[in-house]
Amino acid sequence: MQWEVVIGLEIHAQLATKSKIFSGASTAYGAEPNTQACAVDLGLPGVLPVLNKEAVRMAAKFGLAIGANVSRRSVFARKNYFYPDSPKGYQISQMELPIVEAGELEIELEDGSIKVVGITRAHLEEDAGKSMHGDFQGMTGIDLNRAGTPLLEIVSEPDMRSSQEAVAYMKKIHSLVQYLEICDGNMQEGSFRCDANVSVRPFGQEEYGTRTELKNINSFRFVEKAIEIEVERQIDIIEAGGRITQETRLYDSDKNETRSMRSKEEANDYRYFPDPDLLPVVIEESFLEAVKATLPELPDEKKHRFMETLSLSAYDAAVLTASREVAEFFEVVMAAADGESKLSANWVSGELMGALNKNGLSLSESPVSAVMLGGMIKRIADNTISGKIAKEVFEAMWKGEGDADAVIETKGLKQITDASAIEPVIDEIIANNPGQLEQYRGGKDKLFGFFVGQVMKATQGKANPAQVNDLLKQKLKA
Amino acid sequence: MSSEPSSPSLQKDDIEKIAHLARLGIDEADVPAYASDLNNILALVEQMSAVDTTGVSPMAHPMDAQQRLRDDTVTEQNQREQLMANAPQTEANLFLVPQVIE
Amino acid sequence: MHNKSIAELSKGLAKGDFSSEELTRAYLDRINGLGAELNALVTVTEEQAISAARSADQQRSQGDAGLLTGIPMVHKDIFCTEGVKTTCGSKMLDNFISPYDAFVVEKVKKAGMPMLGKANMDEFAMGSSNETSFYGPVKNPWNTGTVPGGSSGGSAAVVAARLTPFATGTDTGGSIRQPAALCGITGLKPTYGRVSRYGMIAFASSLDQAGPMTRSAEDAAWMMNVMAGFDSRDSTCVDKAVPDYCAPLNDDIKGLKIGLPKEYFGDGLNADVAAVIDAAIKHYESLGAEVVELSLPNSKLSVPTYYVVAPAECSSNLSRFDGVRFGHRCANPENLEDLYKRSRGEGFGAEVKRRIMIGTYALSAGYYDAYYLKAQKLRQLISNDFKTAFEKVDVIMSPTSPNVAFKLGEISDPVTMYLSDIFTIATNLAGLPGMSIPAGFVKSDGHDMPVGLQLIGNYFEESRLLNVAHQFQMNTDWHLRVPAGFE
Repeated sequence: MQWEVVIGLEIHAQLATKSKIFSGASTAYGAEPNTQACAVDLGLPGVLPVLNKEAVRMAAKFGLAIGANVSRRSVFARKNYFYPDSPKGYQISQMELPIVEAGELEIELEDGSIKVVGITRAHLEEDAGKSMHGDFQGMTGIDLNRAGTPLLEIVSEPDMRSSQEAVAYMKKIHSLVQYLEICDGNMQEGSFRCDANVSVRPFGQEEYGTRTELKNINSFRFVEKAIEIEVERQIDIIEAGGRITQETRLYDSDKNETRSMRSKEEANDYRYFPDPDLLPVVIEESFLEAVKATLPELPDEKKHRFMETLSLSAYDAAVLTASREVAEFFEVVMAAADGESKLSANWVSGELMGALNKNGLSLSESPVSAVMLGGMIKRIADNTISGKIAKEVFEAMWKGEGDADAVIETKGLKQITDASAIEPVIDEIIANNPGQLEQYRGGKDKLFGFFVGQVMKATQGKANPAQVNDLLKQKLKA
Repeated sequence: MSSEPSSPSLQKDDIEKIAHLARLGIDEADVPAYASDLNNILALVEQMSAVDTTGVSPMAHPMDAQQRLRDDTVTEQNQREQLMANAPQTEANLFLVPQVIE
Repeated sequence: MHNKSIAELSKGLAKGDFSSEELTRAYLDRINGLGAELNALVTVTEEQAISAARSADQQRSQGDAGLLTGIPMVHKDIFCTEGVKTTCGSKMLDNFISPYDAFVVEKVKKAGMPMLGKANMDEFAMGSSNETSFYGPVKNPWNTGTVPGGSSGGSAAVVAARLTPFATGTDTGGSIRQPAALCGITGLKPTYGRVSRYGMIAFASSLDQAGPMTRSAEDAAWMMNVMAGFDSRDSTCVDKAVPDYCAPLNDDIKGLKIGLPKEYFGDGLNADVAAVIDAAIKHYESLGAEVVELSLPNSKLSVPTYYVVAPAECSSNLSRFDGVRFGHRCANPENLEDLYKRSRGEGFGAEVKRRIMIGTYALSAGYYDAYYLKAQKLRQLISNDFKTAFEKVDVIMSPTSPNVAFKLGEISDPVTMYLSDIFTIATNLAGLPGMSIPAGFVKSDGHDMPVGLQLIGNYFEESRLLNVAHQFQMNTDWHLRVPAGFE
């Protein structure tokens, strides 16, 4: 039997607000336990929530970016359940009337085709605290610093058909929320997390199979592996005549297996109802217009612009727009290089990325700034240096020896373009190599390269290669 | 969703299920009394079903107002000592609970 | 001293007839002496009161005293008071020292009023007799064998027994008005959203509202000037200018249109109580008011509706009491579930458990539409009845409670108890302001027992209610009567 995989993702993106969604406590990561949990976050008797405007703005921004309907009226509801990291005994979330409904996103598949994934909804909610399993008299410790951090839960349609598609979608959302500057995307710190709903069905069947929910898979690699291993598990069970139980499962990356979460297995009855401490959130047209005005150029728009106006290939454009940081870096390089798009694209995605990867650095840590790189590319374009010499200049800049012009100056790397300076060198080399000259003239064309090499060597690579070629051709003929 | 609840009659296991959802420890011996009280209250509540509410919009709130939004500024400073002073059991500035197993 | 109005106390302090310390000590003496048998206070904050009174006197000597500086008061134990035990009448919070002050507590402090103590109340404000308190029932000063009403029974009793000139109360379904009626004092539940709920331990968030409990409407107006106001920490608090509630007290009420809903004068109303209310209404007519008969057709549904909405909200509001961050925690929990179940099972009393269970059931899968959603729709209908009524009348009047104070232990059936709030509940569902004022007395078991007249106003018309109440009190002396033994 051929099985079709059906995947939907629920992504939790922590919104990059300064304060919490319902209180004035800080959301900064890594503080001492419970120092950023105020009376509201602790759910002390008598405290009340007040909604953070920035969280609403960010959610609306996301909605606009995915072409969704940003609800003019949305309602917060309480999701009731007891758990020690949920201090009030309920989580404030949105149920019936979420702030964002019905959007979509394009993902690029490996074969270069494009697929549209539906986004059912995105709603605002508060994050929970953290359980610490240290040695506390055999007990669990609870840190509520994270409690009340705003989350945008982004729920996709079950539109993905492979783990690769799921990862492509997750990466696209990851890139988008950073483009929008609504989430720092830091997966190590848990700012961007993902649950996957996975099921299988025989090809051609319309009805969905029973799904399982894989919880908290926090890297792109684990999402792929967790889905694959879960799909295998489900197919094995069905093919052995068994049935899939609808349940929550946890991915264990050490053992590369998923296992049932017994603590959450019990049928939950969340008793959602509108939170009486909060009123309906009404979004005025003017608010939405103001948010619209802050929308940056989105990844896909940027990609298409790069292809159309800069004549970059689809591949180059996709690489350079995968993150807002890279795209913005590239655009600064290009501006500093007087619009040399192709050279800039090659240098950013080639030499620079290679050097960063090799040294384990992020783009923001690059010793060569975008302006420096652009300045160097300008010198390639205006023939001050050759592409080969540029690699030497780049290395020097990387080591902190100054910008391109300074390096070219101090190292004397300026290209020789004056024919009257190159000609004597050629003459001397021809005179010193009569044997080779004879062979060349006798028809051994390959020796042309030998003469070029000798000229370049004699000029320490500074002679303009095109000029060297032209001059050599003339002189060797004679 | 079930339709209108017909004369409710919560049994012992219903009470236990509800008490579990609400995480309320109830003495076995008290269950019948709770069942009887709750059934009486539900019988009172049942009077609601006599009224046709088709087309009536639900009222969640007395005031027909909208949510105010606060500016995104950090206004709370660390007050851990005072705020955790009421905690029954703590260590290393954490609230302690019996081991949570996942 | 203890029979003086707030205005008189203010004048006396200003003139130097007595100091705040003297006044505060006088009230503390009454609280610790003849007041002790009422069990009306969970905590007496004697030291803090004296020290606050001394600061008030010092402030006065420096010439920066306000009108209320130095006048002592009592808070219902539902309001969080920094550094002072805040129990909400529950074993659950028997050890809870609030780390912060409620909005109302801040306002009262800012006015310079020393707090004498925290008033006993029904557990988590769930009750109509004060018998659900973990600290035992409060006794009605008019007959200590009867209940003071609830849930603000402690607040009503301390004001009635002249142990304080003013106490705060909260009203979710009648919890200010019904005890005010049963104890013969004046109580005002403002419009929902008029007074911030911040720091007031929530029972049912969409119904709860704080208000003053005093001997007279004039005193209540003074206290509304302190309690009302906008607070950004309560999203449901209304940002609307606060009028001077004292200003219109003496306005003429000639031509006032009083609506009498026929549903509030039917079956179940005690005949003697009815007679007192009739006489009070006649009195209003003699002052130039006009009486209009009207109907609030959905009135009979207010109790069933309330007993879905309030328990549903409370079942969720009380989930935070889980033995983890504050409050009662059971000994040696075996596991997490045991911690929750035993802490909550031991910490909450039977009535609280009943309501949590009803609410849990009403919100649970498969029942939400039939119970909670249905109740919200009925709430709309009940509210619409009032909207229609206020197109025709200025205030609505009725008895506050169908009976005078009943005997301690007399009502054990929850449903019978719930029905004692039949006249007050609809006001909360609609969010309207309501008031109870002493309207006369009924002989019961050999005691003169007070009867309350309920006044219901349109949204934010507290000023009018206070004016209408004050005009009655200018012409009657029911509110000046003091229970025997507490003169």
